[in-house]
Amino acid sequence: MDILFVSLALLVGGGFLSLALGWSSKLSRLAGMWSGVAGGVVGLWACIDLVRAGASQTFAIPWPTAGITIALHVDTLALFFLAPIFLLTLACAVYATSYLHATTRGGQYAYHWFFFNLLAASMALVVIAANGLFFLVAWEIMALSSFFLVTYDYANEEVRRAGWLYLIATHCGTVFLFMFFLLCAGQCGSFDFVAFTALKTLPQTMTMLLFGLALIGFGTKAGLFPLHVWLPDAHPAAPSHVSALMSGVMIKTGIYGIMRMLTWLAPLPAWGGAVIFTLGIIGALFGIAMAAGQTDIKRSLAFSSVENIGIIFLGIGVSLFASAIGQPAIAVLAMTGAMLHIWNHALFKGLLFLGAGSLIHATTTRELSLMGGLLRRMPITGSLVIAGSLAICALPPLNGFVSEWFIYLGLLKMGQVSSGSIALLAMLLVVFLALVGGLVLITFSRLVGIALLGEPRCPEAASAHEAHWTMLTPMAVLMACCLLFGLYPALVLRTVSRVVDLLLPGSHLAAAVGQGEPLSSMGRLATLLLVCITTLVMLRWQRAAKVRRMPTWGCGFPLVNTRMAYTAGGYAELAQRSLLCVCLQPKVAIAPPVGLFPQASRLTMAAHDLMFSRFFQPLFRHVADRAITCRGLQAGLLHIYILYIFIATALLLGLVLLPL
Amino acid sequence: MLTRLLLHLLLLLVVAPLLPGIITRTKAVISGRQGAPLLQLYRDIWKLLRKGMVLSTTTTWVFRAGPVVGLAVPILAALLLPFGAIGAPLSFSGDLILFVYLFGLARFFTVLAAMDTGSSFEGMGAAREVTFSCLAEPTIFIAFIVLARISGSLSLDGMYGALLVSGHTLHGATGITLPLTAISLFIVLLAENSRIPFDDPNTHLELTMIHEVMVLDHSGPDFAFILYGSAMKLFVMGALVVNLLLPLASQNQPADVGLFIVAMVILAIAVGLVESAMARLRLIRIPQLLVGTSLLSLFALILLLR
Repeated sequence: MDILFVSLALLVGGGFLSLALGWSSKLSRLAGMWSGVAGGVVGLWACIDLVRAGASQTFAIPWPTAGITIALHVDTLALFFLAPIFLLTLACAVYATSYLHATTRGGQYAYHWFFFNLLAASMALVVIAANGLFFLVAWEIMALSSFFLVTYDYANEEVRRAGWLYLIATHCGTVFLFMFFLLCAGQCGSFDFVAFTALKTLPQTMTMLLFGLALIGFGTKAGLFPLHVWLPDAHPAAPSHVSALMSGVMIKTGIYGIMRMLTWLAPLPAWGGAVIFTLGIIGALFGIAMAAGQTDIKRSLAFSSVENIGIIFLGIGVSLFASAIGQPAIAVLAMTGAMLHIWNHALFKGLLFLGAGSLIHATTTRELSLMGGLLRRMPITGSLVIAGSLAICALPPLNGFVSEWFIYLGLLKMGQVSSGSIALLAMLLVVFLALVGGLVLITFSRLVGIALLGEPRCPEAASAHEAHWTMLTPMAVLMACCLLFGLYPALVLRTVSRVVDLLLPGSHLAAAVGQGEPLSSMGRLATLLLVCITTLVMLRWQRAAKVRRMPTWGCGFPLVNTRMAYTAGGYAELAQRSLLCVCLQPKVAIAPPVGLFPQASRLTMAAHDLMFSRFFQPLFRHVADRAITCRGLQAGLLHIYILYIFIATALLLGLVLLPL
Repeated sequence: MLTRLLLHLLLLLVVAPLLPGIITRTKAVISGRQGAPLLQLYRDIWKLLRKGMVLSTTTTWVFRAGPVVGLAVPILAALLLPFGAIGAPLSFSGDLILFVYLFGLARFFTVLAAMDTGSSFEGMGAAREVTFSCLAEPTIFIAFIVLARISGSLSLDGMYGALLVSGHTLHGATGITLPLTAISLFIVLLAENSRIPFDDPNTHLELTMIHEVMVLDHSGPDFAFILYGSAMKLFVMGALVVNLLLPLASQNQPADVGLFIVAMVILAIAVGLVESAMARLRLIRIPQLLVGTSLLSLFALILLLR
């Protein structure tokens, strides 16, 4: 615990130091960067130390004047989220050193590093807070510091708009959290999480109300469908390492909140689980279908985060559902998959956002269709992005496969042992998950194929250079973790099974999952796959025949140029128009060739977020229209305001004095 | 264990290239031609392995990785699958998911190798491959769920093994479910191995091609790997159907091997007959057929659950 405090102090102190040294961009950069790195390293050390210590630790200082107890509590669940937070903080801090160098105007380092370190510290505080009010304070610091990081490039109109949307969305979510914690405290008489065990005895309607409030409040932060609307705008607007940190771990704090809430409440009825997995699978399908249609590389990745959050919620929902219908073995499998996917997603999405950042840095564009040929110009970055794509497509032998395997296995078992409609439900979920898998393959083969392979489509891409080693190292570390977890899943499963035991009390099956025979066979097979591939490569090496280098065959056309290469829009066109047209309604503008000697023709497609344009925008516009009538109250005259105060005081006085 | 492994590999490596030969010969006989020798593919592979190759100046290591992964994946997938009455050398609960995702890995690299050339023609094939396979994948999963539910096992070996043991007792209980599943698996086999009516492996240069355009720029040993890999993929996917249709086991291992090879040959002839009788579908009809197949297998599942 002490080491954890050192880490937090380093992050916060370094942030303020960086702000104080703002007059010298060099000094503030050094202070911010090194405190971020040191905070990350010490934090990871603290995690290892706390895992070794085993038992959960608490810390509390009451602060009566503020009416708050600064209570901290580190248990297995908190530790499970702490480790990726510090790992990604470290990776992103190292990455940011050279990433920011080229893009930052003088004086902005100070603000950036201040908010970056504050974000890291507040995320850590969110997961270890053990008091409702303190949690909300940390939550709010997290929301605000990430808002300032998103609007880093505030001179850009689009960025300001994205930041604004994020700020509104996150506060709408926080309103529900306020209600949630106030209700909890009202029922238990204290804001301390220790007292919240009393919630287990609440009547079911109250439990469901609390569940609903928490799901909306935390779901907004996590990007749960249909509350994900801020996410696809905020991630492209933010600098890439901030996107990596936000997508990798910050949105996971929403999931942490839901997990924590589940440990307080009485076991949910089956339909509570059903709500979660329905939203999860819809979000997964919607997110990945949207991702397949985006031509902005970071927007595509952001929508893929919506998909992965959907998969995590699918696992959680199935697990709750299964434990409600009396299938603890299935519940453990699905929960293990969901928890593992939280780590896995942090690793590979962090890697992919950092990789996308390097590509954007080199080509100065986010448009996929303007990149191309980058693997030959940036071989290491390119290969790392390919590895990340393999992991996110859940392909063996990388880590994404292991977590999805657990969720699949849970669903298959449910389809196998239960009867009638429940079995059919489980099987439909399997089918949808398989469909999601297929769409992920479209999205990421497109991302890699268009951005990294082929010929460059703009002069900047043609003259791109390999990224600096400080940008490559963090990505390489994340990639190594992906591979390690894919080959030896048992390494992490011990930790995961402890968390699952905490979340599904009384099942005590979780430990068995980690040591199961299937896992070792799977690891062995993954190793075998690598061995097999290496052998084949060696065989071919030995037989190395004469190799000639020629340009790609142009199908008999002599004047091939890069404008003829397949584009991101073209690649997804078939899937979008023939499969997803109805549910996504992409905007298609087509000018087909006409006449005997056709002139220029064009096709543009854009997939907009229907939830945003059809639901949230009209809703908020409606609310704004109604709210405008209240404007009369704001007369701007001092004596009117004094009258308001007087009326309010009188009313309160009456309320207190009257014996109601 | 070791003998099983060797037998499996031997069957796969030796018999696989025979199947495309049989299909071609069947088509030739039906259309009244003499056709290529049955062992033509063996000769092609041998010849290509000794040839030099041309690499595009655009390509990177991804282009060379495609054929290697495409060859390694069917070999590994075959280890998870029983060949008739010969049990799988490697098996664990949930290996069917690995089986499906292994082919996803091969597809990912094949598609990337195609995109690596920078040719719009190959990009077109890649886009089609990923889109159509995205529709074929759910069908395989549904078929596996049907088998898992009937057998009570979640490994390929256990699923097909249960059919062998209790073939006749299952007869009444499952009724029409297994035939429907077999039909949908057969259609998926045609789609995944780029056979008519989805794709035509004999014409490289038409705008409607899927798989063949993706490998257009490969040559020499790389192309040999691709040919060998796709023959093995046909063999492995064929085994999925054959195991389902012919759950026969004698107690004699050589007889089992013989029986399985005969069954695979019959399957190849059936594919040849389908190819002779049908024309290729229009490209926009392919998704409809694949979704229809998924619905067919879902229907089989509902019949089982009722």
